[in-house]
Amino acid sequence: MAIDQTYPEIRAAVASLCSQYQGGYWRKMDAAKAYPTEFVQALTSAGFLATLIPENYGGAGLPLGAGCAVLEEVHRSGGNGAACHAQMYTMGTLLRHGSEEQKEQFLPAVAEGKLRLQTFAVTEPASGTDTSRIRTNAVRDGDDYVINGQKVFISRTEHSDLMILLVRTTPREQCVKHTDGMSVLLVDMREAVGNGLSISPIDTMMNHASTELFFDDLRVPVCNLIGEEGQGFKCILDGMNAERILIAAECIGDARWFTAKSAEYARERTVFDRPIGANQGIQFPIAKAHIQTEAAALMVQQAADLYDAGRSAGAEANMAKLLASEASWAAGDTCIQTHGGYGFAAEYDVERKFRETRLYQIAPISTNLILSYVATRELQLPRSF
Amino acid sequence: MKVLVAVKRVVDYNVKVRAKADGTDVDLNNVKMSINPFCEIAVEEAVRLKEAGVATEVIAVSVGEKSCQEQIRTALALGADRGIQVETDGKVEPLVIAKLLKAVVDKEQPQLVILGKQSIDGDNNQTGQMLGALANMGQGTFASEIAVEGDKVNVIREIDGGLQTVSLSLPAIVTTDLRLNEPRYASLPNIMKAKKKQLDVYTPDDLGVAVTSHITQIKVEAPAERKAGITVKDVEELVDKLKNEAKIIS
Ligand SMILES: Cc1cc2nc3c(=O)[nH]c(=O)nc-3n(C[C@H](O)[C@H](O)[C@H](O)COP(=O)(O)OP(=O)(O)OC[C@H]3O[C@@H](n4cnc5c(N)ncnc54)[C@H](O)[C@@H]3O)c2cc1C
Ligand SMILES: Cc1cc2nc3c(=O)[nH]c(=O)nc-3n(C[C@H](O)[C@H](O)[C@H](O)COP(=O)(O)OP(=O)(O)OC[C@H]3O[C@@H](n4cnc5c(N)ncnc54)[C@H](O)[C@@H]3O)c2cc1C
Repeated sequence: MAIDQTYPEIRAAVASLCSQYQGGYWRKMDAAKAYPTEFVQALTSAGFLATLIPENYGGAGLPLGAGCAVLEEVHRSGGNGAACHAQMYTMGTLLRHGSEEQKEQFLPAVAEGKLRLQTFAVTEPASGTDTSRIRTNAVRDGDDYVINGQKVFISRTEHSDLMILLVRTTPREQCVKHTDGMSVLLVDMREAVGNGLSISPIDTMMNHASTELFFDDLRVPVCNLIGEEGQGFKCILDGMNAERILIAAECIGDARWFTAKSAEYARERTVFDRPIGANQGIQFPIAKAHIQTEAAALMVQQAADLYDAGRSAGAEANMAKLLASEASWAAGDTCIQTHGGYGFAAEYDVERKFRETRLYQIAPISTNLILSYVATRELQLPRSF
Repeated sequence: MKVLVAVKRVVDYNVKVRAKADGTDVDLNNVKMSINPFCEIAVEEAVRLKEAGVATEVIAVSVGEKSCQEQIRTALALGADRGIQVETDGKVEPLVIAKLLKAVVDKEQPQLVILGKQSIDGDNNQTGQMLGALANMGQGTFASEIAVEGDKVNVIREIDGGLQTVSLSLPAIVTTDLRLNEPRYASLPNIMKAKKKQLDVYTPDDLGVAVTSHITQIKVEAPAERKAGITVKDVEELVDKLKNEAKIIS
């Protein structure tokens, strides 16, 4: 590595924790589409999921860069943070926009690992990326909101106690701005499931615990509103930047894992009487993926630094996610090619990581939407939609 | 009871070490460094003694360049109470490390000193034994179990083909083998606490030890590559090849 790694002591500890959950563990989870409960439990009890929670609420109070170090190491070790990464960024919505009572009530329990805050529900079948068109709505009735609607691709709902939910509280047509009129509710899923909330799993290409949610007159107390009614979009926006940066760090971890695997295999695998890595047709793509990864890593670092300095990080968070997700994909594709037939054999873990890392060109925001953001916001090109 | 634990910064055990092209040493450029696994076992054992109420203080000491403070911090995050770095330059041979540790032992007066049986870089397996001689303490090397009882420590040693139990008068030296325990990993709160723990730095001069060298490393080379195997038709051909080509039977 050309530059010193940030948070070396955290990286070392996470790597040492992850060394107890090797390829075999993840393959078993993958084959059974099972949630990696033991791994998440270990990461939780060692305090790593509370990295970003302030010290006065029982966390470590470290900057986003430290969260990036944790998740990058999980992915670099061959594992996957998707089972639990949401705790890091969803917490921010509660921390920055929640009332003191809400924070006191939930954050210490989350930091301690007694409450799981792993669900962040925005996406809907009919609205897709066009978030302002969400239809799930909440209508005030006495001290409750009554919620109806549907969400799709919502991850970890079956393994979380709390959910940060974005709903419409004022119809889009009645708002001055499209993004007005939405609100954030904190839903206690332990009470909600079976009482107006039902969950149905979605079978996906990789082991991701993603689900579909149906709301049928679910009642949520008004005291669980986070921030002001109608200002929900703003409340989730800075959380989304954190999410993009953390996920970009995971992609860097994936990319580094792939490239280390490729280089090792190419040095050792001998066909035609020499290591395949002696052929430029093999070594150049590996070198290129490495270069692409290190460049993306600099952008991730820059985005995290801006975020931690409290400066606007929207463009950098988006650019970091785009570059890192493309770097991990290039590194993954190269890794399969380098491994020849063995790239497809599950026991090498390459095909699993390849399936897993593909997601990040789509979720949490797709590449096209990032390009459109940069074109119109950074470069003032006319909007196409 | 004070326990002193020695920790060394070495190439991470996952790294496939390569010799430099000129054969002068192994290539440590851009290589991940970690705490020597046997030292990690030593730290774990000391921390367990403290948790069991047997030890009152655990001190982690490392001899090396400034970067070895990272490994001292790791030991502090695993539960050691304070750290000592003896700052040296470049390679230091086991005898000098043992002399520096002896000076630290004189300063701290621990009842028990736990070291790894060897470090995975030099594989010397000497420092603990030399320290025992210099400090005039009994030693229980290759420990797979230790128990402190009164002013004695009983050590079960892993020896060729079996186990040996020895009883040593304290103060004593123990070196760890692989099966002594399974080290924990550091938790984030403990990593944070470790940053605030005391870490003193001494030079060999401060300790009155001269860093001299008696060993010159002449050459480092990779093990010979294994040749591909061959398939033989039958037992006769096998016997023939073993006799006449491999010459391992006659
Ligand atoms: C495994 C998984 C887990 C997920 N977890 C969560 C979760 O926990 N919470 C949550 O809220 N969501 C989650 N999602 C949803 C994810 O955020 C969305 O899938 C993503 O934002 C894309 O939305 P969509 O699937 O509706 O695609 P669409 O919006 O239908 O887009 C389809 C394609 O069209 C492109 N496109 C759309 N509009 C334009 C345009 N104007 N110009 C150019 N191209 C355009 C997109 O880039 C994309 O490639 C998850 C998704 C997956 C697959
Ligand atoms: C699902 C599946 C089904 C299969 N079915 C069959 C089957 O039915 N019958 C059968 O016989 N085989 C089958 N195969 C094997 C397949 O044909 C081989 O995997 C393929 O030919 C590559 O060989 P390899 O995996 O040994 O890769 P290697 O030969 O080890 O090559 C690894 C990489 O190095 C590259 N490389 C090697 N030498 C050079 C060089 N000199 N210059 C540049 N690049 C080089 C290769 O292009 C490749 O990218 C199957 C494989 C899979 C994955």
